[in-house]
Amino acid sequence: MEKITFLKRKAVEIRKSLIEMIYEAGTGHTGSSLSNTDILTALYYSVMKVDPRNPAWEERDRYIQSKGHAVESYWAVLADKGFFPKEELKTFSSFNSRLIGHPNNKVPGVEMNTGALGHGLSISVGMALAAKLDNKAYRVFTLMGDGELAEGSVWEAAMAASQYQLDNLIGIIDRNRLQITGNTCDVMNNEPLDKKWESFGWDVVEVNGHDFAELTEALNVTTANGKPTMVIANTIKGKGISLAENVAGWHHHVPSKEEYDLAMKELSEQLEVLS
Amino acid sequence: MKNTALKGSSKNSIANRQVVSSTLMALASKNKDIVVLTSDSRGSASLVPFAEALPEQLIEVGIAEQNLVGVAAGLAASGKKPFVASPACFLSMRSIEQIKVDIAYSKTNVKLIGISGGVSYGALGMSHHSLQDLAVTRAIPNLHVMMPADRFETKRMIAALVDYDTPVYVRIGRNPVADAYVNDQYEFEIGKAVTMRDGRDITMVAAGETVRVALDAAEILEAENIRCRVINMHTIKPLDEQAVIKAAEETGRIITIEEHSIYGGLGSAVAEVIAQHCPIPVQLLGIPDEPAITGNSKEVFRHYGLHAENTANVAKKMISL
Repeated sequence: MEKITFLKRKAVEIRKSLIEMIYEAGTGHTGSSLSNTDILTALYYSVMKVDPRNPAWEERDRYIQSKGHAVESYWAVLADKGFFPKEELKTFSSFNSRLIGHPNNKVPGVEMNTGALGHGLSISVGMALAAKLDNKAYRVFTLMGDGELAEGSVWEAAMAASQYQLDNLIGIIDRNRLQITGNTCDVMNNEPLDKKWESFGWDVVEVNGHDFAELTEALNVTTANGKPTMVIANTIKGKGISLAENVAGWHHHVPSKEEYDLAMKELSEQLEVLS
Repeated sequence: MKNTALKGSSKNSIANRQVVSSTLMALASKNKDIVVLTSDSRGSASLVPFAEALPEQLIEVGIAEQNLVGVAAGLAASGKKPFVASPACFLSMRSIEQIKVDIAYSKTNVKLIGISGGVSYGALGMSHHSLQDLAVTRAIPNLHVMMPADRFETKRMIAALVDYDTPVYVRIGRNPVADAYVNDQYEFEIGKAVTMRDGRDITMVAAGETVRVALDAAEILEAENIRCRVINMHTIKPLDEQAVIKAAEETGRIITIEEHSIYGGLGSAVAEVIAQHCPIPVQLLGIPDEPAITGNSKEVFRHYGLHAENTANVAKKMISL
């Protein structure tokens, strides 16, 4: 199967899986997870070097999900990759499950606990710096939300990444332009986003966050120019389910039975088209 | 047990922060995984010689304490042994969420050294005092909390922390403190209190700079035939509960002395054990619930009664009741 078609199919399967998890658990960040599904799919099925049989492999690429709340797509991807049994997805958010509502490093494949916004980029700077100090070739990928960029610590880390010439660090902004209250530009404007990162010393690439050709090309950074890279991925919150697309209220909306049925039907149709 | 306490006052001129730096430098020159992070604080942490000798192992993040702690967590998660040195007032407050999530919750092996702690920066005001740090750090799971009594203990503690696989917050002061120990040749174990003086009439539990205060108070009391036990609780968490219970049972009265708010610090930790296991009278000496008065450390200590004469008087009152 052609690579791009494979990735598209995989992303739809991940969406089905996450919708099922959220519907069954009665909780979750639906819109946010649908927004970053394609980014995660590109990373885990095309870009990053990871080994599910050896999650602590020293040479692995590191992934830090700074927007920790969009965890359902992450759990679905890790299970599909074989980091833990798919069956365990049914325990999502249930009593004492390790699959909680934010990344949890008790789960194989998860590097760090996140959930408080604005922490991931600093952690990633530390990891990328360690790679430089030890002459290791691994890369560090960090996913942030666009609403998250209001956290001041993000910009502390942005300066440090540039200061330490961390060209092995790739940031990704899941720029769906919506946060829990409404439009990100109304809540706290972050424009001009590309110029902000450029002025902090980063290489900036802007892509369609649902286009696998663009995503994989942008994420596969191999330049050693001393500059960290920021991939601004323009996305649609709730992507893949017409009811949820671009609706701020779906940030952590849990689908009703009717909505669930519609969503699953729509995703199944998307799979059929891709077969 | 060997009596390890120094009697009388010493003329020590070496600050604990200098000992932190020289100890780390000796260890780091043999182990490249040891890295030290600063937030424009290499001068106040006495780390300039370290930075000159081992520039690759000194990581400067600028005045950005949140990033300081997050970067340290990332380094630790990648096999490094980071020591973070930053003023205790900022480290324990500005970056507390990073300490809670990136270090304690994620269990990254970072050692946080809060320098110029307590009222070391006395005249600079409440913004620069760190009198709530023990309360805050003590309440965070997976995080241990320590405070060395003098330069000798600082050396022993830092050396022990290199191979201690748990996140730790250590608070030290800014200025040289009078020696509490004769030298660094004594039994030091993380989590195990040191009985600096034995006694059966009353116990004083202290940590950090107040250990010397307790020892001096015990000497005053000795002259009046009152035998005071002095416990140096260098590890505030996990607290050596057995030492506290034993002291309560054997001496019947306890005074705690600390350079910290009377809420949530050493006194609270001791009182929690006493109340639950062996209720006896306890008196907490520390900084009351107010923005601390300004002045140098010695003046501030005197104002709040954190000196040998007052501590001895409190002991005498407790005994006479």
